[in-house]
Order: sequence, then structure tokens, then C-alpha cells
Amino acid sequence: MNYLDKTSTLSDLAGEIESGMSLGIAGWGARRKPMAFIRELLKTDVRDLTIVSYGGADVGMLASAGKIGKLIFAFVSLDAIPLEAHFRRARQAGEFDIMEVDEGMFQDGLKAAAKRLPFLPTRAGIATDILKYNPDIKMVKSPYDDGEELVAMPAINLDIAVAHVNEADQRGNSWIAGPDPFFDEWFCRAAHTSFLTTEKLVETSEFDDPNKAIRMPIERSLVSKVAVARYGAHPTSCTPDYGFDLQHLKAYSASAGEGWSDYRVEYVDGVNLEEYISKVGGSESIDNLPLPIF
Amino acid sequence: MEELDYSLAELCIVAGAECFREEGETMITVIGLVPRLAGSLAKASFSPGLLMTDGEYYLVSEPVPVGKRNGYIPKIEGIMNYERVFDIVNRGQRHCLITPVQVDRYGQMNISAIGDYVSPKVSLLGVRGYPGNTINNRNSMFIPNHSRRSFVEGEVDVVCSAGYNPERYPNRNIGKYVNLVRIVTNLCVMDFLGVNNAIRLVSLHSGVTMEEVRDNTGFEIETSGEIRETPAPTSEQLQLLDQLDPQNLRAMVFKDNPRGRRDL
Repeated sequence: MNYLDKTSTLSDLAGEIESGMSLGIAGWGARRKPMAFIRELLKTDVRDLTIVSYGGADVGMLASAGKIGKLIFAFVSLDAIPLEAHFRRARQAGEFDIMEVDEGMFQDGLKAAAKRLPFLPTRAGIATDILKYNPDIKMVKSPYDDGEELVAMPAINLDIAVAHVNEADQRGNSWIAGPDPFFDEWFCRAAHTSFLTTEKLVETSEFDDPNKAIRMPIERSLVSKVAVARYGAHPTSCTPDYGFDLQHLKAYSASAGEGWSDYRVEYVDGVNLEEYISKVGGSESIDNLPLPIF
Repeated sequence: MEELDYSLAELCIVAGAECFREEGETMITVIGLVPRLAGSLAKASFSPGLLMTDGEYYLVSEPVPVGKRNGYIPKIEGIMNYERVFDIVNRGQRHCLITPVQVDRYGQMNISAIGDYVSPKVSLLGVRGYPGNTINNRNSMFIPNHSRRSFVEGEVDVVCSAGYNPERYPNRNIGKYVNLVRIVTNLCVMDFLGVNNAIRLVSLHSGVTMEEVRDNTGFEIETSGEIRETPAPTSEQLQLLDQLDPQNLRAMVFKDNPRGRRDL
């Protein structure tokens, strides 16, 4: 077997996730989330995951499916729909443990893990309830003359990170076409290994383009598996290919609670990606989803 | 001279724009329609140096009108991906105008949860970037419903941001970069220039009394300084708002779009 052929399938990716693992999900809110992977993960009997995410529908679905043991987050939101209904229901019921931190602390936690450091110092969190509700987060005193007391944001070490990209090759090179790569590279560097789902699987020669190369933040050495998932971010956005599906997100939001089992039957259980795309209106309809405007 | 007629929303926008008068080349983050138009108005008039985005990823050289674009193409002058936003936050070159759900006497804000933390009555967004923003940068607030539910007695349910409560700091030293600037509400404008950074009344909107503000605030507000009437929008500002909000979305900020002048 050629170790540079990392091509895989969505179900294989989901099959690699074990109960109790720490799983980082790249993207941001309702943007470029590996949703096809999430739906695949919902079909497994995995549970008690530590989910690390700038959260959107990924966290909401995992919450309603009872997969989360602990959530590390700064927010969970669908952007155009500010409050994520599934997260909200589960959070109010106290269904999982939480570590709620500032967006920048979250990034520092990933960066500390990426640098193989125990923590990174930051001012964020000082004088807030983050320190009250996370007694594991300690303060550290600057060893220099200033002697400043800083927050020692602990490393967020991940077992596996999953990111969704616009293009990837079989070796794990990948291109993020949208203007914001978010923190995908830091999720991957904080993880023991990373999986990519991709809109398109392309030849390596497709990346022989300086304009593309500047938007390839995830080096292939971080990646061990690549699975094709055309429209794999739906119902979240994948700029510039498609915007988020507001109509679907509304229906999904309305399914929080009693409607969740119906949502699962319709869009998750026993539904493969091709069938899913057809159920949500087909490829042409997704192609025409407008890019978000705020 | 005939008095200008203007809405309460327009008065709040103009009062909000004043948050940014001294800001030079600061990046402003303006979440919600009134803050967005406040920032846009400041950039389009007295603070042309402000860095502002299209609401997504790009820095724009002129404010993008709100609402449907109708052929308008944002004038990009740079990129502002999230990681860069965090770099700006850490360097202290950002001023946010935001709308928390609760505010307390120390200027501490809550957007995380209402009630008990473990199983809250209402789960909101999460702390987002509030802790880092407030410990590093200038911040202002727009509160559209000045009430005891928004300006709470005691501390907010979840303290998401650094404020002026010394008990919460190492060695009781308020963070050196903490700088809360201004609160604009549907009733008044306040700042943090009272004793020990207490919240202080700066101006009352037309027809609003000090009693009305007191009755709707869960804590004591300082009223020691000279209290003025909040300056009305000028005709130039109202014209600019027509350009920045061509579909008049600002008419929907408050129920029935009340006038800015209560006596008319």
C-alpha cells in the first residue's frame, strides 16, 4: 500500500472515531463545516466525545444525537440564526460538561498543542467567570521584571481533527478557496492526526499554481485520510461554491427536541450523501445558494 | 428655523457614532443594525480612517450600505480573516460597539447564559470574544431596551467580559488596557467617567427624565456631571444615513419607529 494514497470514504473516516476521543471540528459557526462527516458520525454508536469547535450545526447535531461528553467552545451559532436551537436545548438540560472559553483563548489552546507546549499565556479571561467555572485554567506570573499575572491557557490536544476543503489530492494537499481559512490549520496541528473531506478530489498538478498555493494552509504531513464529499459542508456554507442553506437551517433548528427523530430519519439514518443532496433540493439548488451577506 | 424631525433610531445611531470620533485608524466591530450604521456614519464623516469590514472577510474603503446590495459592490482595501482579528485584539487596536443581554454596574457584560451556569434557564451564544476584547481594547455598548432586565442589580449572571470590579483582578489591579467608553440606550447616553469608573449619565434623549432612567436601571448611576440633551442628528447626518441605509431598515429597530423628539 502506498502511504501517500490517503483516499478514503466518509464511513471509513467516521469508523476511525472511538468513544471518549477528543475531536476537533474545523470551520466556523455556519461556515465550511464537515457536515457530511458529522452525519456519518451520527450513524455510529460512538459516544462520550470531547468536541472542540467554533460551533455551529456540527455541535448542534452531535448534541441532539447524544454524542458529546464534554464541549470545548467559545460560542455555538448559525450566524444568520444567532442561537443554535439544538445546542441550546442540550446546554439548558445540562446534558454534557463544558469548557467555555474566549475565542482567542480557544485559538491559544490549539496553538499551544500545535507547539507541543503545556500552555500559552494570554490576558483573555482575566476578571471573567471563565476562571470561576474552569478551575483547571491556572494563572501564571511573568518571570520578567513586569511580573504580570496572566492566564495560562492550557493546550487543547486533539486525537483527531476534521476539516472540509474545496479541493484535495490523494496525498492530502488541500486548497481552501474562500477568503478565510478560519483556524483549520491549527485544529490539524493540535491533533494527533487529521482527516479532510473535500468538495473535489484533484490531481496534484492542479496545485501547481502560485495563486492557489497561498491558500493551502494545511500541509499534507498533518493529514492521514481524505474523503470526497461534494456539497459536504451543506447546510453550512462553502465559499465561493455555495452559501449556507437558510431554509434548511431553519427547518433543522425547528427540529430541536421532539422533531429531531424525524430530522434524523429524513436526512441522516440510512441516507447516503447522494440521497441527501437530492433530498435537500439537488446539486443545482445548492450551487445557487447565495453567499452570505451581512 | 423648523426643528428637524428624526427617529429615536437615528438619534441612537448618531450618539453611537460618537464612540468612534477619536479613534483614528482603529478597527471597529459593529454588531447589529444600530451599531453598524453608527460605525458607518462615523467612517463616512468625521472618522475616515476607521478600519471596517463588509461584515464578512474583507476590509472596505467605504462603509457598505446595509440591506440588499442592489448592485452595490463593496470596495475592498484588504482582508480581515478571523485570525487577523485576534491579532488586532491582542494589539489593542479594536473598538467594538455591541449589544450584550445584561450589563452591571461594573460594565461587565453577559451573552452566555441566564440563570444557573450548569443548567441555565436560557442558554445564549457563549462568551465569544468578549473576554479578550474587553481586557485588551476599547468597548462601547448599544442597549435598545433600557430596563432593569438589561441593567441588572448585582453582577450579571455570567461575567463574560472584563469590567471595573477590582475584586476580580489579580492584586485588585484593574487591567491596564480595560477601557469601557460609552453606553447608548433608547433613553440616554452614559460613560464610565464616574468615581472609580462608575457608570455616569452624560445626556438624556429628548423628553426623557432622570427618574425614568433611574427607574429602569438596577443600580445607582452617577449624575454628578452636567447632564445635557443628547445632540440631535444634523441634516447632513440624516442625508448620510439615507445613503448608508437606502432601504430604511432603521425604521424597524424600535416598535412603531418612535420619533426622536418626544414633544412632537
